[in-house]
Amino acid sequence: MSWLTSDVLVLTVIAVLKAIVILLGAVICGAFLTVVERRLLGLWQDRYGPNRVGPFGAGQLIADMIKIFFKEDWVPSFGDRKLFVLAPAIAFASLLLSFMIIPITPGWGVADLSIGILFFFAMAGINVYAVLFGGYASANKYALIGAMRASAQTLSYEVFMGLSLMGVVAMTGSFNMRDIVNAQEGFWFIIPQFFGFVTFLIAGVAVTHRAPFDQPEAEQEIADGYHVEYSSMKFGMFFIGEYVGIVLVSALIATLFFGGWHGPLLPPIVWFALKTGFFVMLFVLARAALPRPRYDRVMQFGWKFCLPLTLINLLVTGFFILLGA
Amino acid sequence: MEIAFYLAALIAVFATFRVIMHTNAVHALLYLIISLLAVAVVFYALGAPFAAALEVIVYAGAIMVLFVFVVMMLNLGGQTAHHESSWLTPGIWKGPAVLAGLLLAILCFSLWYGGGIGSVGGDTLSAREVGMQMFGPYLLAVELAAMLLLAALIAASHVGRNEDTQLERDMNEARQRAPSGVDEEEA
Repeated sequence: MSWLTSDVLVLTVIAVLKAIVILLGAVICGAFLTVVERRLLGLWQDRYGPNRVGPFGAGQLIADMIKIFFKEDWVPSFGDRKLFVLAPAIAFASLLLSFMIIPITPGWGVADLSIGILFFFAMAGINVYAVLFGGYASANKYALIGAMRASAQTLSYEVFMGLSLMGVVAMTGSFNMRDIVNAQEGFWFIIPQFFGFVTFLIAGVAVTHRAPFDQPEAEQEIADGYHVEYSSMKFGMFFIGEYVGIVLVSALIATLFFGGWHGPLLPPIVWFALKTGFFVMLFVLARAALPRPRYDRVMQFGWKFCLPLTLINLLVTGFFILLGA
Repeated sequence: MEIAFYLAALIAVFATFRVIMHTNAVHALLYLIISLLAVAVVFYALGAPFAAALEVIVYAGAIMVLFVFVVMMLNLGGQTAHHESSWLTPGIWKGPAVLAGLLLAILCFSLWYGGGIGSVGGDTLSAREVGMQMFGPYLLAVELAAMLLLAALIAASHVGRNEDTQLERDMNEARQRAPSGVDEEEA
């Protein structure tokens, strides 16, 4: 135990505290986004939205929380009880864990992994099980159809989500997130990797099942899909998990394509928050503005348009890297 | 790191045992996923984070999803669990146990006399080094795997081809005939 000096102890405590602050920040951002989204939808659809509780309706979150905690927590007796309880935990935890790799400022960030971005893909892969188990354990036809759609959609879009970021990885020469941010000191990767950005944005929306790619939870056809049998805080975890996913994908876009914390005048944390906030708004705007396409069209668009586009993007990127070398 | 290695290895062995023993197919698959995740931790402890990440992404995140998907669609009820438990009699273990014991003996023997195997907490292998190895000494294996995958892809696209079935042809014919039939009646 000779390595356990007071210096190491202090550093460990500081690192743990920072990690807790980032964790709480992510959860609180996700939770508040539920209210912010409804207010913004109201603004864009020319109505008020929830504005009664607290200043600008900010207290609506507390009211919703109290309501959701006191609802009856019902587990279907005809379903698979263990998997039913496990599913929302996976949904919430897998996306929240991915915040680990995001470098917020030069000094802030939980883990500095060498595999970096691959960790996000791994967690996104695990996230599929939440939907799959939730749909299966509910023993409900609508839930099963929703789970089928969600898992097929997520698998299809994960394929080119990985490929869309390989251009960025190739240009940096590293999977590490901090290396990627530092490589964008001169110019942001949005300029050379525009098609990578577009396809990653589409894949990010599809993987978090947000409108217009929310066919797994289409309320007109399949009555909210895989979480139709969930109530109380189990539903709450699916719900907040979705918003945590939005914040996560927005933060990833800001980090990978828009230079992360880099920016003139303002301190790094403000730049990071501004960039992330902008993409969160874009997610909400997409929901307010775009209609929901047919499910088979969504799948076709992924395989027949986005996948070839990412492959060509990677090929051209590789060509230019070799040209420069 | 050594503690992590032994814990993960223990979890992997236990989870795999439960995969074989469990009578509920979906729960057995869940244990298989846990086993794969534990193997990923083992890779990580051995200093191969890239292999660990790929293990989670490819096996736990993609291949197992398809397994769960298929078993989910089959919708096996309590009847199958009953069948399964009736098949898991002690006698059935004899053959596999002997074979597995032989394998274990060979492994122990080669570990004992072979030596030269890296230990836990050794060098960390980066993604760059893995890539250099893959497209250097192991180029032939990579190319062969690519050909195999291409063949599988072509086969899959052939099976899933959207060709005219007999039913569709009949329906098209009926659709073409319908307007003329109406005309005749009117005439």
